[in-house]
Amino acid sequence: MPAGLYRALLTLAGAVVAIVLAIAISSVAILAAGANPGDAFAAFFNFGETTRAVVNSITTMLNRAVPLFIAGLAVAVGFRMNLFNIGVEGQYRLAAVVAAFVGSTFVAPAWVQIPVIIVVAAAVGGLYALIPAVMKVGRGVNEVISTIMLNYIAINLAAFLVRGPFVGPRPAGQLTISTPQLPESAWFPNLNFIFEMFGLPAPRGGGLWGFLVVAILLGIGLWIVLERTRFGFDIKASGLNASAALASGVNPKKMVISAMVLSGAIAGLIGLPEILGSTHAYNTNFTPGLGFLGIAVALLGRNKPAGIAIAALLFAFLDRAQGPLQFANVPPSVIVIMQGVIVLLVVIFNEITSRMALRSEERRAARRLGTDKPVEVAA
Amino acid sequence: MLSKRFGKTAIGTLAGAMLMAAAACGGSGGGTTASTAPSSGAASEAPQEGALKVGLAFDVGGRGDKSFNDAAYAGLEKAKTDLKAEIKELSPAGDGSNRGDLLRQLADAGYNPIIGVGFAYGEDIKKAATEYPEIQFAVVDSASNAPNVTGLLFAEEQGSYLAGVAAATKAKSGHVGFVGGVENDLIKKFEAGFVAGVKSVKKDAKIDIKYLTPDGDFSGFKAPDKGKVAAEKMFQDGAEIVYHASGDSGLGVFQAAAAAKKKAIGVDSDQRLTVKEADLQSVIMTSMIKRVDVGVFEFIKAFQGGAKGGSNVTYDLKVDGVGLATTGGEVDDIKTEIDAAREKIVSGEIQVPSKP
Repeated sequence: MPAGLYRALLTLAGAVVAIVLAIAISSVAILAAGANPGDAFAAFFNFGETTRAVVNSITTMLNRAVPLFIAGLAVAVGFRMNLFNIGVEGQYRLAAVVAAFVGSTFVAPAWVQIPVIIVVAAAVGGLYALIPAVMKVGRGVNEVISTIMLNYIAINLAAFLVRGPFVGPRPAGQLTISTPQLPESAWFPNLNFIFEMFGLPAPRGGGLWGFLVVAILLGIGLWIVLERTRFGFDIKASGLNASAALASGVNPKKMVISAMVLSGAIAGLIGLPEILGSTHAYNTNFTPGLGFLGIAVALLGRNKPAGIAIAALLFAFLDRAQGPLQFANVPPSVIVIMQGVIVLLVVIFNEITSRMALRSEERRAARRLGTDKPVEVAA
Repeated sequence: MLSKRFGKTAIGTLAGAMLMAAAACGGSGGGTTASTAPSSGAASEAPQEGALKVGLAFDVGGRGDKSFNDAAYAGLEKAKTDLKAEIKELSPAGDGSNRGDLLRQLADAGYNPIIGVGFAYGEDIKKAATEYPEIQFAVVDSASNAPNVTGLLFAEEQGSYLAGVAAATKAKSGHVGFVGGVENDLIKKFEAGFVAGVKSVKKDAKIDIKYLTPDGDFSGFKAPDKGKVAAEKMFQDGAEIVYHASGDSGLGVFQAAAAAKKKAIGVDSDQRLTVKEADLQSVIMTSMIKRVDVGVFEFIKAFQGGAKGGSNVTYDLKVDGVGLATTGGEVDDIKTEIDAAREKIVSGEIQVPSKP
């Protein structure tokens, strides 16, 4: 059997075993919670009774996947060169509140206003990520520590900005605090026409977020940058062996700063699908925690845009079942358990299968050495 | 080597996730075909005749908080037994990202009316209400913002007034305290009523007031440590009784009261019954009860009677929407004072301010 095929089969087998084990372990957890695993798994695939409900469910899932995908990309850029940007959480929240406020202060045609908001968000996220990058390059401060600490500052700063300088008018009797509403020119057009094309009813709520397109373009663009450019190669080289990269002419300081800023700039976009697509403002109900979920998504997707897309869809698929699980009287905390188990098992089985592949390769090489004539090396 | 491993494992993950995704597509596809034939999307539009199906969506934390959410559920359960309603209650994800989805799922499943518990539902209810104009919605603690939304509000200032009367009558030195969770309009109503109640008994009373977090930062409802520090300071300064309106942070207030051998007043539910720790129960002199259960049940009953939304309903002392708990019997000896104040509020003789 060719080595490549053997390796591919091995990883496929590993993934299958990981998923089967994840389902088995989750079933035990569901049983322990006093529910029926069969009901639970049926709920995951129960997208609703009516066509409209099914459309709504698919939209919910895709809308959840978009920010998770962007968060995964942001984390992955750092991971590729062994930079642990745990600060995605703070970067995206600060970027979101500033972008939402800036977007609400002026009116321009949509093709001007929306790009301006996106650029502002990316700039804020990138600049905030510049702080730990400079600290690491200048003083050798570990970026894990500094980004975690900067998260607290960013989260509280965002909370202060939305209730202080950036606060918008509040309707009588409402307690939610929000930035001023974005003018309609800043609302990202939704993709409901896709459903209508197939003769399906349009989903309710904000519809299918148009930011999905931006996310897909971002994923493709990042793939090109990471896999097909000098910069991407330098990032990979610095991550694999920093001293070897330095010896071959890669400036490690420049790489740390540019990778961190790129990671932060992508992180800045995480909150935009929600703000431009449905809430049209940054308010106190803004979804938190996406930065941390991005770490799990990037791990599951093995830091590759395509893998991250699938991981984000998987997470979104599980998250969507929050309601159906409760309709089936299954505690929805099952979702978090499954997500954790899947990430853990996939990481473990990847390690096992890659070791097995390595060992077989070593054996093959050893057999070759045994039969072939050793090469004479001149002294 | 690391990159090789990453590559290989990426393939592995991809394959695994694709399996799940494929299964997902199969499931949804099957659902579509099965459902299009008989109903073709019309089922959710027509309000169900006869059967009363009530949906309720909690705020983050959900059932089991022994306070706000559980009180709402008690009202829902009462509708099940008394009105023979079919009920369903849903909790959102931990990050609260799917409040709107839950409302839509309830609406798509044919539930009408649908109740959102907590002011965080204000915006989501408004959106869902415009999308499902044939369904009646209600939101607790937030004002109505659409023609088919009923705002379920409570006269917290009236209940807090009674708490103030009780505190001022019991505190010999006339020194009491108030701990608010978040400095927003809702909690300011508690403060205003409490202060007015205290001053009605002792004009020169000293009232320490402390909010744990500013408006917009809702962590003040979930910070027992901050509640404890704030109450400790008040007790050290000589306060005898501290009233809290701070959600879960109240536990810290009770701990401080127990340590200082002083008293505290609970909020929302009868906390002397709901607090688990036995040593803390005895420090809770009384509680200002907010009958969210009454609000939820009365709304469902009114819906059955054909009531439509578009306005607010305020549950006050007159309809026992708010009140003072008597568990433990510690306020039995001042019952006459409390009842007198209650009657004056109900008759309109006393107008309790809702802003400090």
